[in-house]
Amino acid sequence: MSKIFDANEQPLVDVRHLKQYFNINVGPLRSKPLKAVDDVSFTIRKGETLGLVGESGCGKTTVGRSILHLYQPTDGEVEFAGKLIRSKADIHELRKKATMVFQDPYSSLNPRMTVSDIIGEPLDIHKMYRNKAEREERILELMERVGLNSEHASRYAHEFSGGQRQRIGIARALALRPDFIVCDEPVSALDVSIQAQVINMFVELQEQMGLTYLFIAHDILVVRHISDRIAVMYLGKMVELADAAVIYDQPLHPYTRSLMSAVPQPDPKIARANRRIVLSGDIPSPLNAPSGCPFRTRCPHAAPCCAESMPEFKEVASGHFVACHRVNEL
Amino acid sequence: MDKKFTMHIDVDSFLPATDEEKAYMVQMRPSSTFFRDGMKRLLKNKVATVSMIIILIITLSSLIIPAFWPYSYDNMLGVKPGVPVDASYSNLAPFEYGETEQAMIHDGVKVFPHIFGTDASGRDYFIRVVYGTRISLAVGFFASIIVLIIGMTVGSIAGYCGGKVDLFIMRIVDLIYSLPDMLMVILLATVLKQTLGPALEHTSLAKIGSNIISLFIVFGVLYWVSMSRLIRGQILSLREQEYVLASRAAGAKGGWIIRKHLLPNCISVVIISTALQIPSAIFTESYLSFLGLGVNAPMPSLGSLASDALNGLSSYPYRLVIPAVVISLIVLSLNLFGDGLRDAFDPKLRT
Repeated sequence: MSKIFDANEQPLVDVRHLKQYFNINVGPLRSKPLKAVDDVSFTIRKGETLGLVGESGCGKTTVGRSILHLYQPTDGEVEFAGKLIRSKADIHELRKKATMVFQDPYSSLNPRMTVSDIIGEPLDIHKMYRNKAEREERILELMERVGLNSEHASRYAHEFSGGQRQRIGIARALALRPDFIVCDEPVSALDVSIQAQVINMFVELQEQMGLTYLFIAHDILVVRHISDRIAVMYLGKMVELADAAVIYDQPLHPYTRSLMSAVPQPDPKIARANRRIVLSGDIPSPLNAPSGCPFRTRCPHAAPCCAESMPEFKEVASGHFVACHRVNEL
Repeated sequence: MDKKFTMHIDVDSFLPATDEEKAYMVQMRPSSTFFRDGMKRLLKNKVATVSMIIILIITLSSLIIPAFWPYSYDNMLGVKPGVPVDASYSNLAPFEYGETEQAMIHDGVKVFPHIFGTDASGRDYFIRVVYGTRISLAVGFFASIIVLIIGMTVGSIAGYCGGKVDLFIMRIVDLIYSLPDMLMVILLATVLKQTLGPALEHTSLAKIGSNIISLFIVFGVLYWVSMSRLIRGQILSLREQEYVLASRAAGAKGGWIIRKHLLPNCISVVIISTALQIPSAIFTESYLSFLGLGVNAPMPSLGSLASDALNGLSSYPYRLVIPAVVISLIVLSLNLFGDGLRDAFDPKLRT
């Protein structure tokens, strides 16, 4: 499913040096910045799906929310469709063009609202209809699009299964006919057969509506299936970014390699031949991240130079970015 | 036909389902709202249902009875213009009649009985109790509405904004909370009685009476704090829900989120605490009236009736017992009804 992209085309989303710090109280009067996202830059082209992977707590979700300015970024710039997002009016315009699908289909739907009110809420907020009939028609069209029965419109969210709830969430995200959707682990709360249905629906919707996705997940196989390019994050920093096939077959960063070696192989022969790279220790607390490269405490190839400075996120091959001091030696 | 234990299924014994049969198999459960579920549970609770019926009977009778009762609450039966006061009407025992009335009965005219007798000024006591109930219920109901509106507004703003706004509002709440409220109620009621009286003259509010208005102000100023604390706590936990974030991602602003997402989700807590607020307001009104700070004479309230009855306690004990029983009945059944509401609507207690 690889698509052809014009390299000179302007990217739909351009994130430059995005930083998101949260102040955490460590003492009665002292607070310390928690660097949830620290200096992350990337672009997403129109119609593309960028997968974002990494372990729990590495800042994937925060990246998604900061791009949408649900958190005001501490520093850095986000450019959407060639327009820098700065003022409140910019953010308000952004809300119409960029939306989000949430991870938990149970807590992301208001238990006191009917399905049609949930899906119609973005329409109500932006007053995107002239009369009740138009609103109704639009909601039914959206429900049909995500495979929901029109009889479900007057029901409440708790009457649905997890997969159906996630469809409601997707219909809500589509209500304003957005260009860009941040999918924040949209399938990780669903069981495998439903995951496949929802993933296929994402692909179909992309083809029909020309959507662009930032697809956040921790399941490499899901991301590999849907993404054109994949970005890997570790402890608030982006460590590797490349085409999906390249990341999967020739990972360069030691962290990505260990991640890929953990992917289950259906063929036992290949599985036996592959050596599993097991990382020791736990992910360090982002409150006191190690100096230099954040991964050096667990990296099997760490050298003295890794402790001194943060490696630059540089392009080693066409479209393949890595942040590692020793990338050429490995 | 012989029965065999076999894994083979005889395909011929299966028939394709007709459309009717298919339609029969598709069972759509009727959609049930939160409110309907709660009402169902409430009606299963016998104590709460009985309390609700008692409240309804008391409320309806206090509204309807004065319309057709031949006596009125301020009509002194022994006083007629141009005639000396007929003392035989004062302090009648239940079902006794004044002198002129006895003469009328003697002539064969039907006279409506004084069920509870009359008071020291010759006013029909039954209608005064009914009016007193009406006043007490109205004060309790409107005071709770005032408390609800102020508490809900302040609490939801504090809870939603958080941070410094929350800190500031909650310190004011703590301040009011720490004041001895009995003392404050009495002080405020006394001061307002003095200042409001002249200001209200010749306005439409004068009919209601400065005392009742000062009562409402007292409730509005003092009793919203616990309601606002309650709602703030609810909203603090609700605003972290993902559907709030989803609404913000769709471009919603603070007011929209509070109205559409936060308040509907704490409505059960609001209903329950308002239902429990009414009896406490009635009780406060009663003791203020008992102390002479309540409604203006000749308007009766249950508290002022009890207070008046103290003077003739040894001769007419039933005049104290009747309003006391009515107050107890209202407060008890409202409290039990409130408890029933909480059991029916509070999701945390739901199994």
